[in-house]
Amino acid sequence: MISFIIRRLALSVVLLFIISIISFFIVTLTPGSPYPWGELNPKISAEVKANFRKKFHLDRPLHEQYALIMRDLFTGNLRSIKDDRPVISRILERLPATVALNLTAIVISLSFGTLLGVYAARYNGHWQDALGSFIAFLFIALPGFWITYMVVIALVKGFGVPILGTHSYGIEFPNSFASGLDTLWHLLLPATILALGGIASQSRYLRATMIESLREDYIRTARSKGLSEEIVLYKHALRNSIRPIIAGIGMVLPALIGGAVVIETIFAYPGMGRLGYEAVLERDYPTLVALNFVVAALVLLGNLISDLLSAAVDPRVRLE
Amino acid sequence: MVIVFFALIAGGSLLLSATGHDWPCDPNLTNLELKLLPPSPQHWLGTDNLGRDVLSRMMHGASISLTVGLIAVAVSLGIGMVVGAIAGYFGGIIDQILMRAVDALLCFPTFFLILTVVALLGPSLLNIVIVIGLVSWTGTARLVRSEFLTLRETEYVKGARVLGQNAWHIITRHILPNAAAPILVTAVLGIPDAILQEAGLSFLGFGVQPPQATWGNIIADGKTYLLDAWWLNLFPGLAILIASLSFYLAGDALREAAESRS
Amino acid sequence: MLKIKDLQIGFSTPAGIAPALKGVSLEIGRGETLAIVGESGSGKSVTALAITRLLPTPPAIYQGGSITFEGRDLLTASDAELRKVRGGKIAYIFQEPSTSLNPVYSIRSQMAEMIQLHRPDVTDINAEIIRWLDAVGIVDPATRLNDYPHQLSGGMQQRVMIAMALSARPDLLIADEPTTALDVTIQKQILEKLRELQRDLNMAVMLITHNFAIIRGLARNVAVMYRGEIVEYGETEQVLSNPQHSYTKALIACIPRLGDHRHRLPTIESNP
Repeated sequence: MISFIIRRLALSVVLLFIISIISFFIVTLTPGSPYPWGELNPKISAEVKANFRKKFHLDRPLHEQYALIMRDLFTGNLRSIKDDRPVISRILERLPATVALNLTAIVISLSFGTLLGVYAARYNGHWQDALGSFIAFLFIALPGFWITYMVVIALVKGFGVPILGTHSYGIEFPNSFASGLDTLWHLLLPATILALGGIASQSRYLRATMIESLREDYIRTARSKGLSEEIVLYKHALRNSIRPIIAGIGMVLPALIGGAVVIETIFAYPGMGRLGYEAVLERDYPTLVALNFVVAALVLLGNLISDLLSAAVDPRVRLE
Repeated sequence: MVIVFFALIAGGSLLLSATGHDWPCDPNLTNLELKLLPPSPQHWLGTDNLGRDVLSRMMHGASISLTVGLIAVAVSLGIGMVVGAIAGYFGGIIDQILMRAVDALLCFPTFFLILTVVALLGPSLLNIVIVIGLVSWTGTARLVRSEFLTLRETEYVKGARVLGQNAWHIITRHILPNAAAPILVTAVLGIPDAILQEAGLSFLGFGVQPPQATWGNIIADGKTYLLDAWWLNLFPGLAILIASLSFYLAGDALREAAESRS
Repeated sequence: MLKIKDLQIGFSTPAGIAPALKGVSLEIGRGETLAIVGESGSGKSVTALAITRLLPTPPAIYQGGSITFEGRDLLTASDAELRKVRGGKIAYIFQEPSTSLNPVYSIRSQMAEMIQLHRPDVTDINAEIIRWLDAVGIVDPATRLNDYPHQLSGGMQQRVMIAMALSARPDLLIADEPTTALDVTIQKQILEKLRELQRDLNMAVMLITHNFAIIRGLARNVAVMYRGEIVEYGETEQVLSNPQHSYTKALIACIPRLGDHRHRLPTIESNP
């Protein structure tokens, strides 16, 4: 077990290295001016430009730039082009919100995805199955920003309910519990919309694995023991079918963070997705490189956790 | 049956836009006196903030979305098949290297990546299509690779090798035809993903630029008038939804047909 | 105790309904052993599974007949009643023990589930489990509690299945080809253990097999099935020594005996 974790961490380091190179090259090699104020702005003297280039190492050859950026990244000195603050602090201040959003989305998608998948598998061949599949496809096909707007229109115009940001603006809460509930409320809607795609894909996958598991002999044994159908499904069949879903959770993270860009923008939610979007707009490439790195690290961590979890769920799994 | 219906809709709009005909009227014709009108007999889906007819804009947007969907999938299919075939057929160290590369690429938030590249390179139809294709090939690659790994061990492939046929011949004549079904399913299922990505890009302002209409940018334009002009949001979104849904359903039906045959 | 009368079951296929049981009737009394013998496809497993409605009813269709257990008609019983009968009164063991046990739960947990469901009077479940594992002949049962099915040999897996089935103290044990998947040497041990336990518990047993050779000494009565019908039914000794139906005769003739000098084993026209 320990050796597995160590080997996995070593592999992750290698992957992170590759990823950092790729993201560095993508960001720096694409054409476009690195100056935040525009290439041809007459108000900026050549001297200021030269200083800028020096500060951000733009005057060095590419491989040196890479090395310098990496050094700065790990020493916390990497500074954003936009506001000259350390990139790390910009990322860290958005990290808790992002983690909260994504974790909630994962929980929502796992629970509803499981319910939907088991339901469809149980009624396989009947209309409930077709309904479940249709719902799943509907969720995937739903453009996030569109449904968000529809919901916003309904809630804000129809009911006057505040949903943007992380707190209701201008409302004082009597105690921290109420304020916490308010934060939760603000978290729930974007997380749910984010989770829709996950619910869909997980339920489809689970349905397929459950249908296979339900054909196995041990299900017949379980029924012959006189167990209720719910227990047969949720205790016996599910645990055999859920392993690929859990193993795949780590991989869901990049999709979530990417998909969050649009959702965070609409909900004015301060997450890393929006940070990345803003960085792209401002051509703040130190931030971009650092962000890609952090995201990749989170993804690899997520993969490790999901592999460990899937071993916990299924004793036949051998961690290699 | 449902599939056929949706496919007809998809095909119909493509045809319509491809003929270059403007129907029911010029999508770029602005008329500020007519701005922000709700759906009416003259303008079935209403008008936008510049007085342009939403329905016409949507018909034109259809061609963009479908083009992106098809070509991006073609690109990702091409790359994915090549990579998957090489990895699956030759195995060993080549396989390991290629799979590590796939793993590394999978760690990137794809939408992010697309956004980055398109923002930095400039949002043209060509760029968008290529970039979407470039980040989506991993699924196809993995599928092709696993098909190859299994098919490689079958009797007729072994027989072909014994007969001394070269790799290219074996791959194209023997293995690919058998792997074709799941690859086709992946392709069809990938079209709506590309459409959705493009819509998201347009929405953020990085898709194909105005005055060319796309479903995403109609919604984007409508964002400021959200609470008043709900039709600017509802219809394009509905169109995206229906188009994506029909491709997903079609792909799923294909998959079931393929599975029941094998 | 158990009476099946004129049971008819069909399976719906794309090409129409294929008949599986064409009117099967049999009886088992308390503590008796009935063997059902026939080749694959004759309908013996279908009969067994049909008793507690374990056949998946999309393909299977109950077309007629009745199954009476302790006075109750099982074919019309409610789901709740059926679940009480399953396991608690009528228990099953199946042919492939390696796939009949849930691979992700320990032996202890699977057996505990049975005991908790049907024997609420038991307070120390672990002790009870150990008792039963010991009764079926598993060495050092206490060490086996936390093992998973894949860690056990085929013979041990089947013993666990028997222990699990019997731990609910059923009135009838239906054993569907319990030893077919096991080594010949283990087969004998398991069958003897089964006979011993049956005697101790005064339990009825329905033994299903395609192998005539094993039923002697084990089953008092035998029903021979062929193509969905019972073609011969009577006391084992009677049937073995004086078979009436041609199929039965052929089956008996197939039993290889020591000292046989035949060059070819006789064959029977097979089931379509």
